[in-house]
Amino acid sequence: MVPRDWIGGVLKPLVFVVSLVPFAWIVWRAFANDLGTNPIETLNRYTGDWTLRFLLITLAVTPLRRISGWHWLIRLRRMLGLFAFFYACVHFLTYALLDQYFNLPEILKDIAKRPYITVGFASLLLLIPLALTSTNAMVRRLGGRRWQRLHRLVYLISVGGVVHFLWLVKSDIREPALYALILAGLLGYRLWWELRGATRAAGGQA
Amino acid sequence: MLIKKPAEISSSEITPAHIYHERRRFLRDAIAAGIIGAVPGLTPAEAAVLPSSGKLAGVRKGSVTIVDKVTSYKDVTTYNNFYEFGTDKSDPASNARGFRTRPWTIAVEGACRRPAVYQLEDFVRPYALEERIYRMRCVEAWSMVIPWVGFPLAEVLKRAEPTSRAKFVEFTTLHDPEQMPGQRPGLLGTGLDWPYVEGLRLDEAMHPLTILAVGVFGEVLPNQNGAPLRLVVPWKYGFKGIKSIVRIRLVERQPLSSWMQAALHEYGFYANVNPRVDHPRWSQARERRIGEDGLFSAKRETLMFNGYAEQVASLYTGMDLRKYY
Repeated sequence: MVPRDWIGGVLKPLVFVVSLVPFAWIVWRAFANDLGTNPIETLNRYTGDWTLRFLLITLAVTPLRRISGWHWLIRLRRMLGLFAFFYACVHFLTYALLDQYFNLPEILKDIAKRPYITVGFASLLLLIPLALTSTNAMVRRLGGRRWQRLHRLVYLISVGGVVHFLWLVKSDIREPALYALILAGLLGYRLWWELRGATRAAGGQA
Repeated sequence: MLIKKPAEISSSEITPAHIYHERRRFLRDAIAAGIIGAVPGLTPAEAAVLPSSGKLAGVRKGSVTIVDKVTSYKDVTTYNNFYEFGTDKSDPASNARGFRTRPWTIAVEGACRRPAVYQLEDFVRPYALEERIYRMRCVEAWSMVIPWVGFPLAEVLKRAEPTSRAKFVEFTTLHDPEQMPGQRPGLLGTGLDWPYVEGLRLDEAMHPLTILAVGVFGEVLPNQNGAPLRLVVPWKYGFKGIKSIVRIRLVERQPLSSWMQAALHEYGFYANVNPRVDHPRWSQARERRIGEDGLFSAKRETLMFNGYAEQVASLYTGMDLRKYY
């Protein structure tokens, strides 16, 4: 068993710093003028990629914990989820501030008219209540059951995120398909777990 | 002590770009007014000789030009949509490096009196090479300014003598999965049917702005830009500019282009640059000029027919451009 303070004192800060590396790296490249021919597109795609990655990493915590028995993983989940929210916000800002240049009517038109932006924006909005209720105090206030029910929104959000990517690409769907496959695995595992649990609860020892 | 070195040319002495570029308009107007003699007929010395790489000789400065700043060679040759060589913008520059553009044949066929299959060198020889600096607007809402070297497609078509049945022109790219990794059948593939096909209405194809390009920046076209021969139609979205052409066919019916086949509700046959008609996934009202519009600048307004309305709008008189997008 891993000692408690080792997780809080070493592992958590380490994961925090590592999670910031992608952000630091792109900021560095921006200042080094190394964002390629279309810098805004680079920033936008990069932050979108990392949002999806952190969503999937967060969703991987529970299956990994159950399979490996490393229950301390759960103590990293909130932070990983908040990083997904962080990258989603930066992603949105690269779009709203850099790509659209604060053009609010144009942004609203995009959200209303372009399905991939509608889905992406809806997913971002749904992440907000999850981020706001991520504190211990909010978990207590809501009560574990209600909190958990609310936080199951992350399944919908992740599907929204992958669909957002899928609908963005012009014809080569290989990359979003890979994200979809991993997400399907992570959600499929939960479904399998639930069904198995239900069979057990029903006394199905067959 | 800080000694300030005076600038060699004070900024007040520099001719403003818009006036500098006016010289071309002056020349054009002078030619039109007959002040400068008419361009003499094509002499054998002007006939195009096409090397397989390097500088192109005897390129005439074009009569058609614009005041926009030309995009850098690096951006033009490293940021390409050429799905035959991969779907990332940087893929073509690395994957097309070993692409063989010699020997190369071009078939001109279909509804014409003089169909023929040409070796590339013979195909290009009769035409005088001319520089054309055009805006290039991608359907993805970015744009460049590219100094092409080529010749009007009209001359090729006239030489083939289209019959009265010829209403459209269909172009086809080389199909060679061995050399073009994007054409290889895969688990999911790149989503397009190969070979790439594009088309123009005959009057669009005959328009003096429509060219076949064999070079950029005075040099032989790099492979990633569509070597050895590509189409350039400056008032249409970039994907109409089919690359590495092997067949030009005069046809009676409107061709089905590759992008129409992939997503008909997104890509129409005409694909004219039009800020008022959006692509379902992108607003077409504005565009980002590659290399100029930096991280912290707003996009620029897209011009009707990419700024070539004066020359081409009459081709579409009475057409509902919302319907024929």
